Amino acid sequence: MADPMTAEPATETPVPVDFETHPSRYRHWRLSFAGRVATLTMDIDEAAGIRPGYRLKLNSYDLGVDIELHDALQRIRFEHPEVATVVLTSGKDRIFCSGANIFMLGLSSHAWKVNFCKFTNETRNGIEDSSAHSGLKFLAACNGTTAGGGYELALACDEIVLIDDRSSAVSLPEVPLLGVLPGTGGLTRLTDKRRVRRDLADIFCTTVEGVRGQRARDWRLIDALAKPQAFAGYVEQRALALAAASDRPAGANGVPLPPLVRKARTDGFGYAHVDVKLDAGRRIVELTVAAPEDPGPASIDDILKAGANWWPLKMARELDDAILNLRTNHLDFGLWVLKTRGDAGHVLAAERQMLAHRGHWFVRECLGQLRRTLARLDVSSRSMFALVEPGSCFAGMLLEIALAADRIYLLNQPPGEGGPVLTLSEVNFGLLPAVHGRSRIDARFYGDEPQIAAARAAIGSPLGAESAGALGLVTAAPDVLDWPDEIRMALEERVSLSPDALTGLEANLRFGPGENLDTRIFGRLSAWQNWIFIRPNAVGESGALKVFGTGRKAKFNRDRI
Amino acid sequence: MNISTGDKIPNNVDLAGDKVLQRALEQWQPEFLNWWADMGPEGSRTNDVYLRTAVSVEPSGWAHFDYVKMPDYRWGIFLTPIDGGRKVNFGDHKGEAAWQDVPGEHRANLRRIIVTQGDTEPASVEQQRHLGLTCPSLYDLRNLFQVNVEEGRHLWAMVYLLHRYFGRDGREEAEALLQRRSGDPDNPRILGAFNERTPDWLAFFMFTYFTDRDGKFQLCALAESGFDPLARTTRFMLTEEAHHMFVGESGVGRVIQRTCEVMAQHKTDDPARVRALGVIDLPTIQRYLNFHFSVTIDLFGADVSSNAATFYSSGLKGRFEETRHGDDHLLRDATYPVLQVLDGHLQVVQAPALNALNEKLRDDYIKDSIAGVSRWNRIIQKAGIAFELTVPHKAFNRKIGPLAGVKIAPDGRLVSQEEWAARESGWLASESDREFVASLMGRIATPGAYANWIAPPAVGINKQPVNFDYVRFG
Repeated sequence: MADPMTAEPATETPVPVDFETHPSRYRHWRLSFAGRVATLTMDIDEAAGIRPGYRLKLNSYDLGVDIELHDALQRIRFEHPEVATVVLTSGKDRIFCSGANIFMLGLSSHAWKVNFCKFTNETRNGIEDSSAHSGLKFLAACNGTTAGGGYELALACDEIVLIDDRSSAVSLPEVPLLGVLPGTGGLTRLTDKRRVRRDLADIFCTTVEGVRGQRARDWRLIDALAKPQAFAGYVEQRALALAAASDRPAGANGVPLPPLVRKARTDGFGYAHVDVKLDAGRRIVELTVAAPEDPGPASIDDILKAGANWWPLKMARELDDAILNLRTNHLDFGLWVLKTRGDAGHVLAAERQMLAHRGHWFVRECLGQLRRTLARLDVSSRSMFALVEPGSCFAGMLLEIALAADRIYLLNQPPGEGGPVLTLSEVNFGLLPAVHGRSRIDARFYGDEPQIAAARAAIGSPLGAESAGALGLVTAAPDVLDWPDEIRMALEERVSLSPDALTGLEANLRFGPGENLDTRIFGRLSAWQNWIFIRPNAVGESGALKVFGTGRKAKFNRDRI
Repeated sequence: MNISTGDKIPNNVDLAGDKVLQRALEQWQPEFLNWWADMGPEGSRTNDVYLRTAVSVEPSGWAHFDYVKMPDYRWGIFLTPIDGGRKVNFGDHKGEAAWQDVPGEHRANLRRIIVTQGDTEPASVEQQRHLGLTCPSLYDLRNLFQVNVEEGRHLWAMVYLLHRYFGRDGREEAEALLQRRSGDPDNPRILGAFNERTPDWLAFFMFTYFTDRDGKFQLCALAESGFDPLARTTRFMLTEEAHHMFVGESGVGRVIQRTCEVMAQHKTDDPARVRALGVIDLPTIQRYLNFHFSVTIDLFGADVSSNAATFYSSGLKGRFEETRHGDDHLLRDATYPVLQVLDGHLQVVQAPALNALNEKLRDDYIKDSIAGVSRWNRIIQKAGIAFELTVPHKAFNRKIGPLAGVKIAPDGRLVSQEEWAARESGWLASESDREFVASLMGRIATPGAYANWIAPPAVGINKQPVNFDYVRFG
């Protein structure tokens, strides 16, 4: 297997990326708590890049830094329900964050860059997701230069305070300095979120030194300015004001997140409820999610007692980790076959408890975890086929996995004779929106009311081949005789196609009409960025990204394409 | 072009022929004067000071000496005359005609270079504004004021470039140069060293010797710039800067000389006894030197820097005496040694020469500054005293670059945190050193009188006697 960072062809086996960490092992962040406010202080250890060959100067980040950020957010969500506001700031003097490390980008392969950007995008979208759904507010306390990805991180927060020391500026210098885009949502959030007028955004994004002081406010690039001596006080005041509007519970105890137990095998890896089987010969992944063994706790007290072992959370965390692992460490497995296993009744029972207690902070966070994990599927550059077979349990929240897939194959065998079924539930109609913000059912039928109503009327009914087919929930339903060959050929055909074309095809078909901030980031912004990332003007011998920092000047092919 | 001294703003850049620029600068001028009133030398407004004023850019006779009240000083804009055939002498543009206008692609970097340089000029005036109250003589007070007004003129030089070549952005930056304040935590000067107070006259002499010498090297590097107006501006600034370093070198030298005289007279080398005799003991001078040297060499920036590489390749900032280097002036494949801590030892590693240009300039600076230290040692030797001042290792007390995180003794040994803590007060001027030096500071304002801790100069300014009335109090 090739190191996705440094080499396109296989050379030696690299250390796989592990997305699990713990605050006690952080190299780059300090997480501190004071009542309703958590402070995440970025203080990057220059020498601790996740891959060799570059130093993380000036609070610049790489994937390792973002893995810690992601972990810290998870700790705050689950282990610190009393926290209502998260302040993001820097432990360095006069520098908040200078964004993704350019030497790292210059050294890394196309795949690494794309994966890195995807994960950082998801983490920033996760910040906004928590702000929108969980009452967790974010304040960027920019206590120094805030450049590139540093400003993009600030843009993901609810408010941005910039220090007014007549030196510190916010900037997106990617275009003039590096010949690439501010691709971690920066360009999109300027327009869609902060409504910076587009001619001003044009100037801002082509001005290396950025904009500071009152003009940054006038252009809506920041929310407030504060003098150095007033800065800490102002940040605290705003953090408390944001906290006051939050419904996160001040007195609640958190739920600790123990490390996931991931067991490696020669042909894959497995967790308690999620299993990953790697078929190296065919480059196909079989990803199986298991139902709980029993209906699970019914009271909120028992749910809290189960904590991180409560099935919806544990399963979602495991699935999340499996997706991240596959995306980063198994690039050439282009097709994921999605399966489920176990008692659909138990899935629906757990789900009923979720619905009954969804006003409780912990249950709300579990729902958020599920929502964000499923959203990772939506933007994974892998073909996904769901196989609905006997013994499966595609019901309610687990049906979302199938609905996220590009195709759904269901074995045509009457349910009475042990044939598999799908089961819709209330959860499928808006509680777990996809990246585009709509339910996957709604998007599947392009918002067509009669079709959605028909599906809604079938909530709770086990749907075999015939009824599921009639409702439009199944791509194909071969019978027992046809199944093995039909499926085999579908899989073999899929993996024979161009991986690039498939990524493009799937990304187009998964996101129908109607855009939002997130789809514009993953679609328009990422697609252009990923195109620029392979162009010689960025990554050729004399491309801007390659020569940055060497003193050599980029040489451009001047043709506009 | 001759200097037009009759204009509101003396200049040799035909300001009268560029009405837009002239109006902009005439609007900036009262703001500058307000700044001078607020932040210039304290209590000096009505003094008549025997100052030199630039009246020409010819090497012979460029200055005129006379009494002037500092707010009436003729701050102006003087550039070394244009040399029509000048080329860009290094980097990717090598061999092209030097630029008379800012190339669009280098606008941001040039602006940044000019603003950073410009910011140090008013900063040092602010740092030194209280010193007049404790001057050791009228001669020294006059020298302080000369340095101050010329730092003010250097600010003018940078502001001219901002106004003339950088449009609205440049005008805003010019205003910001007057708005930042040295040491104001809410509104600091750009570089850290320029936010420290200059608390006493020994610090002032050390600053003008070491830190103004950093200025010299920065100006020398900018005098090589492919952007011709910057090169011509900084060339003339260097003429003035030489006096500032003279003030530093001769000032420290006179302190040493006086100390040695007292030591010889009383036949003692016990620092406590030397102090009791009202002069500054040599170990304290060494600790001041260690402090100012190490803080100053940080000003050259990170040892390995992408900005340095970009500035050079773009033709914006060259090396010290660029054209005297016998190499290709491109440095694409060359390397240069830099220091790193590897496996617990300070080691020399090779870095790409382009990225190591800060280190190169720092090394040139160190060579230059050691020369003056040897001249100080000759004063000590002449007095027959067995003591030698040394400059500390360049890794000592660094706060910038890869050496910032480690503790290095003045002799270059890597030491533990504990050893550093135990010996720091023997290496760097401590609070009590500064208190002692401060205790000697008292105002001497009678012609020909000199404080006990400093020897009179050998000769006066502009061939005037040492007991000349250099400052008259109005």
